[in-house]
Amino acid sequence: MLAAVGSLAVLGATLGTLLGIAARYLRVDENPLEAEIEALLPGSQCGQCGYAGCKQAASALVSGEAKPTMCPPGGRETAAAIAAKLGVTVDLSGAEEMEPEIAFINEDICIGCMRCFQECTTDAIVGAPKQMHTVIGEVCHGCGKCVEVCPTEAVEMRPVPVTLASWHWHKPVSRMVH
Amino acid sequence: MQEILLLLIGTALVNNVVLVKFLGLCPFMGTSNKVDTAIGMGMATTFVMTLSSVLAWGIETFLLVPLDLAFLRTITFILVIAAVVQFTEMVVRKISPALYQTLGVYLPLITTNCAILGVALLNVQEGHTFVQSLLYGFGSAAGFTLILVIFAGLRERVALAEVPAAFEGAPIGFIVAGLLSLAFMGFAGISAK
Repeated sequence: MLAAVGSLAVLGATLGTLLGIAARYLRVDENPLEAEIEALLPGSQCGQCGYAGCKQAASALVSGEAKPTMCPPGGRETAAAIAAKLGVTVDLSGAEEMEPEIAFINEDICIGCMRCFQECTTDAIVGAPKQMHTVIGEVCHGCGKCVEVCPTEAVEMRPVPVTLASWHWHKPVSRMVH
Repeated sequence: MQEILLLLIGTALVNNVVLVKFLGLCPFMGTSNKVDTAIGMGMATTFVMTLSSVLAWGIETFLLVPLDLAFLRTITFILVIAAVVQFTEMVVRKISPALYQTLGVYLPLITTNCAILGVALLNVQEGHTFVQSLLYGFGSAAGFTLILVIFAGLRERVALAEVPAAFEGAPIGFIVAGLLSLAFMGFAGISAK
């Protein structure tokens, strides 16, 4: 019993130490800026910027291949935050102020084909085959991928409805503090 | 010398891990879409399999047998394999970031590749010596790599062929794998004796 526990513990500790040493020698230096930029992006891997995911987009931003305004779901706020982090000036007047939008499914036309369901990166669409689908508004992050795949054009982007819970005073000046 | 050659050919072709023993089918189907990926995966698996069979032999001979702990064999082997895979992941990440990206989730999944544990356990079962374990591990891995590359080449061609709709994708892949396995049955005739 003691020999079994002891030998496993010793083996585990030895292998762990060796791996720790190996990790030190084989460390890959990643740009810490990339991780910070990635944290500013929405992180839903929607791919609208043309890169495979937010990590790839972040490295493109750091290397200067992409402009801070490249992230459609992030909108103006994210663009400003990225520009501030990278220390570049960005012309935000070009980036139109997009109203936050979420997907909406017109349930009369939905045929229940499941295409939008499969496309959704945040699992915001509920439904089953041959049953109509609908969108859970709180989960939808407005990437618009479902709009493209819908064969009956039942999905559209609509501005987030203003309810008593979501209404707020408009800010006098939009300050980009992040 | 002849014995070494026989052991290598025997493990790589006659008793191929994938097509005759049916071990390691997950990476066989998963990473065989492109020849480049298949070669990378084969290299990584070869490294892990050879190293882990040698380490497993060492642990079996110097730790488990003297202390009479044979019942701990499976768990210690898994521990060793997991450590070797972690190490391989670090090496691949350092040497070839592109390969690291392509292999993606399949690299850590080498840990659960049953071919590797299978080869380590078969070594013990057949009472191999150090050199035999090394050759057995390397031979099996070479066989795995060979099959993976051949299969990836076949699948690249099948992807261009006109396949009936019902068989598109994975199903035709499985049929191709079955035919390949049949072909390898032919090597059974040249086994050691």
